[in-house]
Amino acid sequence: MADIVLDKVSKRFPDGTAAVRDVDLEIADGEFVILVGPSGCGKSTTLNMIAGLEDISSGELRIGGQRVNDKAPRDRDIAMVFQSYALYPNMTVRENMAFPLRLAKLDKQTIDSKVEEAAKVLELTSLLDRKPANLSGGQRQRVAMGRAIVRQPKAFLMDEPLSNLDAKLRVQMRTVVSRLQKQLGTTTVYVTHDQTEAMTLGDRVVIMRGGAIQQVGPPQELYDHPRNLFVAGFIGSPSMNFLHAAVEDGKLRTALGDVPIGERIRRQLEGADAPRELILGVRPEHFEDAELVDDDTRRRGMEFTAPVDIVESMGSDKYVYFTVDGQRASAAELEELAADAGADFSGGGASLVTRLSAESSVREGEDRRVWFNLEKIHLFDPSTGHNLTLHEGRSGGALAD
Amino acid sequence: MSINVTPAGADVSAAAEHGTGRHAAVPAQRARRRAKTPLSENKKAERRLGWLLCAPAALVMVLVTAYPIVYSVWLSLQRFDLRFPDQREFVGLENYATVLTNEFWWTAFGVTMLITVVTVAVELVLGMGLALIMHRTLVGRGIVRTAALIPYGIVTVVAAFSWRYAWTPGTGYLANLFGDGAPLTERASSLAIIMLAEIWKTTPFMALLLMAGLALVPEDLLKAASTDGATAWQRFTKVMLPVMKPAILVALLFRTLDAFRVFDNIFVLTAGGNETSSVSMLAYNNLIRGLNLGIGSTMSVLIFLTVAIIAFVFVKLFGTAAPGSDDGERR
Repeated sequence: MADIVLDKVSKRFPDGTAAVRDVDLEIADGEFVILVGPSGCGKSTTLNMIAGLEDISSGELRIGGQRVNDKAPRDRDIAMVFQSYALYPNMTVRENMAFPLRLAKLDKQTIDSKVEEAAKVLELTSLLDRKPANLSGGQRQRVAMGRAIVRQPKAFLMDEPLSNLDAKLRVQMRTVVSRLQKQLGTTTVYVTHDQTEAMTLGDRVVIMRGGAIQQVGPPQELYDHPRNLFVAGFIGSPSMNFLHAAVEDGKLRTALGDVPIGERIRRQLEGADAPRELILGVRPEHFEDAELVDDDTRRRGMEFTAPVDIVESMGSDKYVYFTVDGQRASAAELEELAADAGADFSGGGASLVTRLSAESSVREGEDRRVWFNLEKIHLFDPSTGHNLTLHEGRSGGALAD
Repeated sequence: MSINVTPAGADVSAAAEHGTGRHAAVPAQRARRRAKTPLSENKKAERRLGWLLCAPAALVMVLVTAYPIVYSVWLSLQRFDLRFPDQREFVGLENYATVLTNEFWWTAFGVTMLITVVTVAVELVLGMGLALIMHRTLVGRGIVRTAALIPYGIVTVVAAFSWRYAWTPGTGYLANLFGDGAPLTERASSLAIIMLAEIWKTTPFMALLLMAGLALVPEDLLKAASTDGATAWQRFTKVMLPVMKPAILVALLFRTLDAFRVFDNIFVLTAGGNETSSVSMLAYNNLIRGLNLGIGSTMSVLIFLTVAIIAFVFVKLFGTAAPGSDDGERR
């Protein structure tokens, strides 16, 4: 077991493209860290560099305090789990799991007992003599995990290990991975493109974009206090609503009405080079049916009326889609997020996703009065993407003084 | 109507029933049987089309392959020398006894086996190396592959002549490599040169087949092996080779069959002198030059049988099952 330190680690390919740029990251001993981002953000390259499967162009990588930049993968004492599982097709489950131990020249008895033990933990005992071709996806995945844990390495590296499983199995395996990691207490770096996996699994989440780290922190912190537009849009499902907001007379003119701003934001917007146009971000759960809001709560937010587009009843709450007039928010980050989600069609006008109480009597087609919480909204600078409502790492909403 | 066990039988009875019209009391068992192998008009038409599409190829195969084979077997059972056509007579297996007790045949057989084993073994090693190089090259991939394949693109007889001239004393650039002798006039050196020419010529073919096999090895598997602690050699022997096994076997089979029928290089380089004849050379000498259709055909049939045995051994004993399937030899 060991800590992993990335010190200004970069990766440039021979053709000049930079896949990873100056990544600084300290992963504590026993920590479970998730690297997450859209495809091409450099997360897998970063993982491969930690594993030693890709050379590091510049910077330093230390595992357990030792510089390992020039060490071969087999000398780094790390185990890796691949998306494709990468099981050896010619070997049985037992031989697959024993392979790293055999290469380490352990005696046969130790190998057998270790394999049996790992098989028991992962409930693979009855499958030990089968070949990978005769296993289901979930079983193969467990064998791949088993092959990683038998050696008790310094760290586990996992490259989208659950992406090839169907949705139900993925949720199951998520808890298996999580429990296993807690049991073993082994430092783990886990790459995924799925923000739900990132939110549910990790002690800390690293969000990457274009080869650079955007924000590092515990999942809840990333959710509540996103540092920039990209993080805000990437984390959360359904994702945050983004609206165009124009700064006028100390107010924000938006499709939801004029939003008042507090002293601190006003001061920020007074500078000569301050942006005149902003992006307003509101999470779906910070909306509520105005009829269901008590007076005390009502004072902390504001209301607007909009036509209801679609109602999706989830049982515990309702996802209600509204169509609002006005300009759609536009920024490079948002386009990238939309492209990654494959959402290149969004109809005309701006669409608003809200999550209302199940008690709401909202119906499709009607105009509905909706309240939203001003203390929870975020304001972003469209050119830099920075979250303006963030103060000392905490988001205080638009009204903060 | 009885219940047929085979699906094909079921087809027949189903068709029969179709013709006679539906009986009032169809046994329930029968109905189930039919439900298992539903044979719609569509399916029947598809099957018919399948046979029709195969027919032309099958017909051509029968004409150009089956007929000559059967004819040579027929010839091999006769005493038939074109120089003495009057003595033509059915002699049963007498020709086989003659050939199989003849020392020339066994010398040629030994030479052929030697050439086959040595060339295929060397080609496998060199071809694997070449395949790895072609597979891994990042810069100038096209040029590397083209260059590697040139020997295979040259007509064998032309290449053989260039080797012959190269080893000819006085004019050849290789002739004086090992002292003053004429290498093509001694048995050992002649065989070595024949094998060299064979290897030079067909290694690219081996490499090409093996390269297709290399493409079957997933990159992740090699990455997994290196994080599991395997050295480059261990990755090659424990991961790559087992996964490539089917491709390697196919390459070996092709090359063994080809090598066993070696002819052109020997014909040009030594013309079979100094006991360097292969079985194909011997058959040619008897059949075409000696005009002895009986003995020559017997040799051809024996070569055909040997080749068939080699193929059988490869397919049945080594097994060409894909790795990972449990019906392989180990479980």
